[in-house]
Amino acid sequence: MRTVIAYVIGLLFGLGISISGMANPAKVLNFFDVTGTWDPSLAFVMGGALIVTFFGYRWVLPKPAPILEKSFQVPTNRKLDFKLIGGSAVFGIGWGIAGFCPGGALPVLGTGRIEVVLFTVAMLGGVFASLGMMKLTHKRAQLIDAKRA
Amino acid sequence: METVFTPVQSLGGGALIGLSSVLLMWVFGRIMGATGILVGFFSPSSFSDWHWRATVLAGMITAPLVMLAVTGEFPTVDVPISTPMLLVGGVIVGIGVTYGAGCTSGHGVCGMARLSPRSIVATITFMATTALSVYVVRHVIGA
Repeated sequence: MRTVIAYVIGLLFGLGISISGMANPAKVLNFFDVTGTWDPSLAFVMGGALIVTFFGYRWVLPKPAPILEKSFQVPTNRKLDFKLIGGSAVFGIGWGIAGFCPGGALPVLGTGRIEVVLFTVAMLGGVFASLGMMKLTHKRAQLIDAKRA
Repeated sequence: METVFTPVQSLGGGALIGLSSVLLMWVFGRIMGATGILVGFFSPSSFSDWHWRATVLAGMITAPLVMLAVTGEFPTVDVPISTPMLLVGGVIVGIGVTYGAGCTSGHGVCGMARLSPRSIVATITFMATTALSVYVVRHVIGA
Protein backbone atom coordinates (compact mmCIF):
# COMPACT_ATOMS: atom_id res chain seq x y z
CA MET A 1 0.00 0.00 0.00
CA ARG A 2 2.85 2.37 0.97
CA THR A 3 4.52 1.62 -2.33
CA VAL A 4 1.42 2.26 -4.44
CA ILE A 5 0.63 5.56 -2.71
CA ALA A 6 4.24 6.82 -2.90
CA TYR A 7 4.39 5.86 -6.56
CA VAL A 8 1.13 7.70 -7.39
CA ILE A 9 2.36 10.80 -5.52
CA GLY A 10 5.58 10.81 -7.55
CA LEU A 11 3.61 10.20 -10.73
CA LEU A 12 1.29 13.15 -10.04
CA PHE A 13 4.30 15.40 -9.44
CA GLY A 14 5.98 14.19 -12.63
CA LEU A 15 2.82 14.67 -14.67
CA GLY A 16 2.35 18.15 -13.21
CA ILE A 17 5.93 19.08 -14.12
CA SER A 18 5.55 17.58 -17.61
CA ILE A 19 2.19 19.21 -18.43
CA SER A 20 2.97 22.60 -16.89
CA GLY A 21 6.13 23.27 -18.93
CA MET A 22 8.51 23.29 -15.93
CA ALA A 23 10.51 20.53 -17.63
CA ASN A 24 11.05 22.70 -20.69
CA PRO A 25 14.13 24.95 -20.30
CA ALA A 26 13.13 27.13 -23.28
CA LYS A 27 9.84 27.95 -21.53
CA VAL A 28 11.33 28.38 -18.06
CA LEU A 29 14.07 30.72 -19.30
CA ASN A 30 11.53 32.77 -21.27
CA PHE A 31 9.62 33.46 -18.06
CA PHE A 32 12.66 35.30 -16.74
CA ASP A 33 13.39 37.02 -20.06
CA VAL A 34 10.95 39.91 -19.64
CA THR A 35 12.95 42.14 -21.97
CA GLY A 36 13.16 39.42 -24.64
CA THR A 37 10.92 36.47 -25.60
CA TRP A 38 8.77 36.66 -22.45
CA ASP A 39 6.39 33.76 -21.65
CA PRO A 40 4.45 34.30 -18.39
CA SER A 41 3.35 30.62 -18.12
CA LEU A 42 5.64 29.85 -15.16
CA ALA A 43 3.65 32.25 -12.96
CA PHE A 44 0.59 30.04 -13.56
CA VAL A 45 2.56 26.91 -12.57
CA MET A 46 3.72 28.50 -9.32
CA GLY A 47 0.26 30.01 -8.75
CA GLY A 48 -1.59 26.73 -9.27
CA ALA A 49 0.86 24.78 -7.11
CA LEU A 50 0.84 27.38 -4.33
CA ILE A 51 -2.96 27.74 -4.10
CA VAL A 52 -3.49 23.98 -3.84
CA THR A 53 -0.61 23.45 -1.39
CA PHE A 54 -1.54 26.48 0.77
CA PHE A 55 -5.12 25.30 1.36
CA GLY A 56 -4.15 21.60 1.42
CA TYR A 57 -1.53 22.16 4.13
CA ARG A 58 -4.04 24.16 6.18
CA TRP A 59 -6.27 21.10 6.15
CA VAL A 60 -3.50 18.50 6.67
CA LEU A 61 -1.05 20.05 9.14
CA PRO A 62 -3.48 20.51 12.08
CA LYS A 63 -4.07 16.73 12.08
CA PRO A 64 -2.30 14.83 14.90
CA ALA A 65 -0.14 12.79 12.49
CA PRO A 66 0.19 11.77 8.84
CA ILE A 67 -1.61 8.57 7.79
CA LEU A 68 1.39 6.23 7.49
CA GLU A 69 4.00 7.90 9.75
CA LYS A 70 4.22 8.95 13.40
CA SER A 71 4.75 12.67 12.84
CA PHE A 72 5.03 15.48 10.30
CA GLN A 73 8.67 16.17 9.33
CA VAL A 74 8.52 19.91 8.77
CA PRO A 75 11.69 22.08 8.94
CA THR A 76 11.90 23.99 12.23
CA ASN A 77 15.01 26.05 11.41
CA ARG A 78 14.05 29.78 11.51
CA LYS A 79 17.52 31.27 10.88
CA LEU A 80 17.89 33.62 7.90
CA ASP A 81 21.61 33.02 7.49
CA PHE A 82 24.23 33.53 4.80
CA LYS A 83 24.14 29.84 3.88
CA LEU A 84 20.43 30.03 2.97
CA ILE A 85 20.65 33.31 1.07
CA GLY A 86 24.02 32.64 -0.58
CA GLY A 87 22.99 29.12 -1.56
CA SER A 88 19.69 30.31 -3.02
CA ALA A 89 21.45 33.09 -4.93
CA VAL A 90 23.90 30.54 -6.39
CA PHE A 91 21.03 28.18 -7.30
CA GLY A 92 19.36 30.98 -9.28
CA ILE A 93 22.54 31.70 -11.23
CA GLY A 94 22.74 28.04 -12.24
CA TRP A 95 19.02 27.83 -13.04
CA GLY A 96 19.38 30.85 -15.31
CA ILE A 97 22.29 29.21 -17.14
CA ALA A 98 20.90 25.67 -17.51
CA GLY A 99 17.14 26.30 -17.55
CA PHE A 100 16.51 23.19 -15.45
CA CYS A 101 15.77 23.17 -11.72
CA PRO A 102 15.97 19.82 -9.82
CA GLY A 103 12.20 19.22 -9.80
CA GLY A 104 11.95 20.20 -13.45
CA ALA A 105 14.71 17.86 -14.59
CA LEU A 106 14.13 14.65 -12.55
CA PRO A 107 10.78 13.64 -14.12
CA VAL A 108 11.96 14.11 -17.70
CA LEU A 109 14.88 11.75 -17.09
CA GLY A 110 12.13 9.36 -18.15
CA THR A 111 12.27 10.71 -21.71
CA GLY A 112 15.84 9.40 -21.95
CA ARG A 113 17.01 12.73 -23.36
CA ILE A 114 20.79 13.06 -23.11
CA GLU A 115 20.58 16.77 -22.11
CA VAL A 116 18.52 15.87 -19.03
CA VAL A 117 20.93 13.10 -18.06
CA LEU A 118 23.95 15.43 -18.45
CA PHE A 119 22.31 18.15 -16.37
CA THR A 120 21.32 15.68 -13.64
CA VAL A 121 24.80 14.12 -13.43
CA ALA A 122 26.39 17.60 -13.22
CA MET A 123 23.86 18.64 -10.57
CA LEU A 124 24.58 15.51 -8.49
CA GLY A 125 28.29 16.35 -8.78
CA GLY A 126 27.55 19.78 -7.28
CA VAL A 127 25.38 18.26 -4.55
CA PHE A 128 27.99 15.70 -3.44
CA ALA A 129 30.88 18.20 -3.64
CA SER A 130 28.88 20.56 -1.39
CA LEU A 131 27.90 17.83 1.08
CA GLY A 132 31.61 16.82 1.30
CA MET A 133 32.63 20.45 1.78
CA MET A 134 29.99 20.97 4.47
CA LYS A 135 31.24 17.90 6.35
CA LEU A 136 34.84 19.19 6.18
CA THR A 137 33.99 22.68 7.41
CA HIS A 138 31.85 21.15 10.15
CA LYS A 139 34.75 18.93 11.30
CA ARG A 140 37.17 21.88 11.22
CA ALA A 141 34.80 23.96 13.31
CA GLN A 142 34.57 21.10 15.83
CA LEU A 143 38.39 20.82 15.97
CA ILE A 144 38.77 24.56 16.58
CA ASP A 145 36.10 24.37 19.29
CA ALA A 146 37.90 21.39 20.85
CA LYS A 147 41.24 23.29 20.92
CA ARG A 148 39.59 26.27 22.60
CA ALA A 149 37.94 24.10 25.25
CA MET B 1 13.59 30.89 -28.93
CA GLU B 2 9.88 31.81 -28.66
CA THR B 3 7.54 29.58 -26.63
CA VAL B 4 3.73 29.56 -26.64
CA PHE B 5 1.93 31.01 -23.60
CA THR B 6 0.03 28.07 -22.01
CA PRO B 7 -1.96 29.41 -19.03
CA VAL B 8 -4.40 26.46 -18.86
CA GLN B 9 -1.82 23.62 -19.02
CA SER B 10 0.53 25.51 -16.70
CA LEU B 11 -2.19 26.18 -14.11
CA GLY B 12 -3.42 22.57 -14.35
CA GLY B 13 0.10 21.14 -14.14
CA GLY B 14 0.82 23.45 -11.21
CA ALA B 15 -2.32 22.22 -9.45
CA LEU B 16 -1.10 18.61 -9.90
CA ILE B 17 2.27 19.56 -8.36
CA GLY B 18 0.29 21.09 -5.47
CA LEU B 19 -1.89 17.98 -5.12
CA SER B 20 1.17 15.71 -4.93
CA SER B 21 2.71 18.02 -2.28
CA VAL B 22 -0.43 17.88 -0.14
CA LEU B 23 -0.70 14.08 -0.51
CA LEU B 24 2.94 13.51 0.46
CA MET B 25 2.42 15.60 3.61
CA TRP B 26 -0.94 13.98 4.43
CA VAL B 27 0.25 10.38 3.98
CA PHE B 28 4.00 10.46 4.76
CA GLY B 29 4.35 13.80 6.60
CA ARG B 30 7.06 14.98 4.22
CA ILE B 31 7.90 18.06 2.18
CA MET B 32 7.70 17.54 -1.60
CA GLY B 33 11.09 19.05 -2.36
CA ALA B 34 13.05 17.57 -5.24
CA THR B 35 16.38 18.47 -3.59
CA GLY B 36 15.49 17.02 -0.18
CA ILE B 37 14.04 13.81 -1.61
CA LEU B 38 17.07 13.28 -3.85
CA VAL B 39 19.71 14.00 -1.18
CA GLY B 40 17.90 11.71 1.27
CA PHE B 41 17.70 9.00 -1.39
CA PHE B 42 21.52 8.83 -1.37
CA SER B 43 21.83 9.12 2.43
CA PRO B 44 18.64 7.62 3.92
CA SER B 45 18.16 7.31 7.68
CA SER B 46 16.53 3.85 7.39
CA PHE B 47 15.24 1.40 4.80
CA SER B 48 11.68 2.74 5.02
CA ASP B 49 13.08 6.28 4.58
CA TRP B 50 14.94 5.16 1.43
CA HIS B 51 11.91 3.21 0.22
CA TRP B 52 9.41 6.09 0.01
CA ARG B 53 12.01 8.34 -1.62
CA ALA B 54 12.94 5.72 -4.22
CA THR B 55 9.27 5.05 -4.97
CA VAL B 56 8.35 8.73 -5.31
CA LEU B 57 11.35 9.21 -7.63
CA ALA B 58 10.25 6.18 -9.67
CA GLY B 59 6.79 7.74 -10.00
CA MET B 60 8.31 11.02 -11.18
CA ILE B 61 10.58 9.42 -13.76
CA THR B 62 7.87 7.22 -15.25
CA ALA B 63 5.49 10.20 -15.66
CA PRO B 64 6.71 11.00 -19.21
CA LEU B 65 6.09 7.35 -20.20
CA VAL B 66 2.54 7.50 -18.81
CA MET B 67 2.06 10.75 -20.72
CA LEU B 68 3.37 9.06 -23.87
CA ALA B 69 0.97 6.15 -23.40
CA VAL B 70 -2.03 8.45 -22.89
CA THR B 71 -1.37 11.32 -25.32
CA GLY B 72 1.05 9.68 -27.76
CA GLU B 73 3.66 12.37 -27.02
CA PHE B 74 6.53 12.93 -24.59
CA PRO B 75 6.50 16.25 -22.72
CA THR B 76 8.16 19.09 -24.64
CA VAL B 77 11.81 19.54 -23.63
CA ASP B 78 13.51 22.22 -25.74
CA VAL B 79 17.07 22.82 -24.57
CA PRO B 80 18.44 25.96 -26.27
CA ILE B 81 21.65 25.61 -24.21
CA SER B 82 25.09 24.31 -25.21
CA THR B 83 26.40 21.18 -23.47
CA PRO B 84 29.20 23.02 -21.58
CA MET B 85 26.67 25.59 -20.28
CA LEU B 86 24.29 22.79 -19.30
CA LEU B 87 27.07 21.09 -17.29
CA VAL B 88 28.30 24.31 -15.67
CA GLY B 89 24.72 25.30 -14.84
CA GLY B 90 24.06 21.83 -13.42
CA VAL B 91 27.04 21.94 -11.05
CA ILE B 92 26.08 25.45 -9.90
CA VAL B 93 22.46 24.35 -9.31
CA GLY B 94 23.71 21.37 -7.28
CA ILE B 95 25.91 23.57 -5.07
CA GLY B 96 23.18 26.20 -4.64
CA VAL B 97 20.34 23.88 -3.66
CA THR B 98 22.55 22.00 -1.18
CA TYR B 99 23.72 25.13 0.67
CA GLY B 100 20.32 26.82 0.24
CA ALA B 101 18.61 23.62 1.50
CA GLY B 102 15.94 23.61 -1.19
CA CYS B 103 14.83 24.51 -4.67
CA THR B 104 11.73 25.61 -6.55
CA SER B 105 9.57 22.76 -5.21
CA GLY B 106 10.82 22.67 -1.61
CA HIS B 107 11.14 26.41 -0.93
CA GLY B 108 9.08 27.87 -3.78
CA VAL B 109 5.98 25.71 -3.36
CA CYS B 110 5.97 23.82 -0.03
CA GLY B 111 7.86 26.38 2.09
CA MET B 112 6.00 29.35 0.66
CA ALA B 113 2.68 27.53 1.26
CA ARG B 114 3.69 27.15 4.94
CA LEU B 115 4.59 30.87 4.96
CA SER B 116 8.08 29.87 6.18
CA PRO B 117 10.24 33.02 6.40
CA ARG B 118 13.31 31.06 5.25
CA SER B 119 11.53 29.78 2.16
CA ILE B 120 10.08 33.18 1.30
CA VAL B 121 13.55 34.75 1.51
CA ALA B 122 15.09 31.85 -0.45
CA THR B 123 12.45 32.04 -3.20
CA ILE B 124 12.73 35.81 -3.64
CA THR B 125 16.54 35.43 -3.75
CA PHE B 126 16.69 32.67 -6.39
CA MET B 127 13.94 34.19 -8.54
CA ALA B 128 15.92 37.46 -8.60
CA THR B 129 19.29 35.85 -9.36
CA THR B 130 17.75 33.59 -12.02
CA ALA B 131 16.32 36.65 -13.79
CA LEU B 132 19.68 38.39 -13.48
CA SER B 133 21.51 35.31 -14.76
CA VAL B 134 19.17 34.99 -17.79
CA TYR B 135 19.57 38.70 -18.53
CA VAL B 136 23.35 38.49 -18.40
CA VAL B 137 23.54 35.29 -20.50
CA ARG B 138 21.05 36.47 -23.16
CA HIS B 139 21.47 40.21 -23.37
CA VAL B 140 24.94 41.05 -22.02
CA ILE B 141 27.01 38.07 -23.20
CA GLY B 142 24.46 37.36 -25.93
CA ALA B 143 24.73 33.58 -25.89
